[in-house]
Amino acid sequence: MANILAFAETRLGELRRAGLETITAARQVADATGGQVHAVLVGAPGIAQFAPRCAAHGADVVLVLEHDAFANYNPEAIVATLAARLGSGYRAAFFAASAQGHDLVARVAAKMKLAYASDVTEFAFAADRVTVKHPGYTNKIVQTFVLKAIPAIISLRAGAVLPVENAKAGTVEPLACAIDPATARVKVTLTENAAGGQIDLGDAPVIVAGGRGLKEKANFKLVEDLAAAFGNAAVGATRAVTDDGWRPHSDQIGQTGRLVSPDLYIACGISGAIQHLAGLRTSKTIVAINKDKEAPIFKVADYGIVGDVMEVLPVLTEAVKQAKAGA
Amino acid sequence: MKLAVCVKRVPDMEGRFKIASSGVAIDEAGLKYDMSDFDGYAAEVAIQITEKLGAGEVTIISLGPDVVQETLRKALSMGAHRAVHLKQDTPVSDGLAIATALAAELKDGGYDLVLLGRMAVDTQNRSTGAFVAELLGVPIISAISKLEVENGVVKARRELEGAYELVECPLPAVVTIDEGIARARYPSLKGIMAAKKKPMDIKPAQLGAITYQLEKLELPAERAAGRIIGEGKDAVPELVRLLKEEAKVL
Ligand SMILES: Cc1cc2nc3c(=O)[nH]c(=O)nc-3n(C[C@H](O)[C@H](O)[C@H](O)COP(=O)(O)OP(=O)(O)OC[C@H]3O[C@@H](n4cnc5c(N)ncnc54)[C@H](O)[C@@H]3O)c2cc1C
Ligand SMILES: Nc1ncnc2c1ncn2[C@@H]1O[C@H](COP(=O)(O)O)[C@@H](O)[C@H]1O
Repeated sequence: MANILAFAETRLGELRRAGLETITAARQVADATGGQVHAVLVGAPGIAQFAPRCAAHGADVVLVLEHDAFANYNPEAIVATLAARLGSGYRAAFFAASAQGHDLVARVAAKMKLAYASDVTEFAFAADRVTVKHPGYTNKIVQTFVLKAIPAIISLRAGAVLPVENAKAGTVEPLACAIDPATARVKVTLTENAAGGQIDLGDAPVIVAGGRGLKEKANFKLVEDLAAAFGNAAVGATRAVTDDGWRPHSDQIGQTGRLVSPDLYIACGISGAIQHLAGLRTSKTIVAINKDKEAPIFKVADYGIVGDVMEVLPVLTEAVKQAKAGA
Repeated sequence: MKLAVCVKRVPDMEGRFKIASSGVAIDEAGLKYDMSDFDGYAAEVAIQITEKLGAGEVTIISLGPDVVQETLRKALSMGAHRAVHLKQDTPVSDGLAIATALAAELKDGGYDLVLLGRMAVDTQNRSTGAFVAELLGVPIISAISKLEVENGVVKARRELEGAYELVECPLPAVVTIDEGIARARYPSLKGIMAAKKKPMDIKPAQLGAITYQLEKLELPAERAAGRIIGEGKDAVPELVRLLKEEAKVL
């Protein structure tokens, strides 16, 4: 049976969780169709250390491309290499619907003159087609598409498939770069992580997010304190807040920010605009604290408190600390 | 400098959507339509570049039925110079087919920079820009939040999850516009009057083959209705109890 390719996304020398999600998805398809999973791992020398993790999540073969030029993302070299590889005959290829994945996947598809399925939350393979679901209209409508192109190129929304360990041989094979990376026209000159050391929004089981209701930048401390009390929480923000520079753009949740699905989302002083809700609709439990009982956020909040964030947050932080200490 | 901006006409996202009886379209009744947000930002960026240079020309291109001419006029009233309507009366769900038609129009236009939205806010595909760039054979920098064009070089910043990168490429190039660069201006009365006299070419869209077909649209399962559990700090103990016992997240 034809094999399935999974692009194991890396950044700054680290394998990203999104990469494990694509390998897990590829494994699911390969198990059903009888093919092998080939994970592609690209990075600066040293990236091969992640091959065993790719194997542990279901890669039969890990194709490793190491080159100094990949200290930063090099889209044109990766695209040329992937297009050449996919041209040798695969049933499907999975990418993450991340910033990097979106940038790559459409180029690979275009280079191969193939339509592809973007930002997919569910997929079902048949012999000559793949049926996929892809939310649109600020996630207010679920679109079902049929993709007949082969290989079926698919980008997976974060969290659509959770990483599952399913160890395979994970034979490591070198992958040659299809072009000299130095000749690429698009050059990434700097990659920098935002605030270091914090849990990424995409990985955090709890997200405490703040909006304009916090009134000023300094009051974000209340949000940070609550996140710290949980211990496993990341801080998020609305566009109103990132626009005003209270938080970095990378903290923005919503249609134009991150799409997140934590177990618990706590919205503090957030009105619940449709573009913000688009990013968190799939959270398991939503809590809202807002002084306006008519705020739209209360329509989606499992538990709402009508009140002033300045008053409620410190009390909640203490209560969470106690609950954690008692647990 | 010659710039082109591809804009899509989309429904207002605040609207309440209903699925049409065909099952593959939304019911347009009662919905307002406008330029997709990011495309408005892209048009603004292009217009600002020509304003700053005091030279250059911005061409706006839209593919769709005759009503997209309204959207094109809006961009002209913002300050773009000319428009091209690629006429396509029936909806197309295949992004590569659409990009093929856009690229066919762009190919011989001599454009230095082509701008698109990072994504159309209705279909949310995020693919058209890269498709167009590959079809034209030029470099692309996608989803940028800052842009500088100088001495034939594009310098841009891209936001990643929890990080950012600085990216460069030579012109001619394609860029897709994210948040953070510019908001679309409101057309002035003078702009609206001037737009009436600006040229608009109308041609049939030359679509590519269709291999990605929309099969159905559905409204997602609604979340259970929200519940207010109390007021002020006195509600905190009840919240903590519910998080522990009911939601089991604490
Ligand atoms: C194309 C487009 C894309 C967008 N993308 C995004 C996106 O990705 N993410 C995003 O977040 N937004 C996005 N937006 C913006 C969005 O429409 C809203 O403007 C934004 O989410 C509002 O942020 P907010 O809730 O912080 O502010 P506001 O809407 O101003 O709400 C503040 C809330 O705080 C409450 N409040 C005030 N004081 C207190 C207090 N003391 N205690 C408790 N509550 C208080 C108020 O009652 C109010 O409900 C986008 C908009 C567009 C057009
Ligand atoms: N029908 C269209 N006419 C003109 N431009 C379009 C059309 N569809 C998409 N685009 C452009 O492509 C961008 C990305 O769209 P998409 O790939 O569908 O998310 C949009 O923001 C527009 O700039």
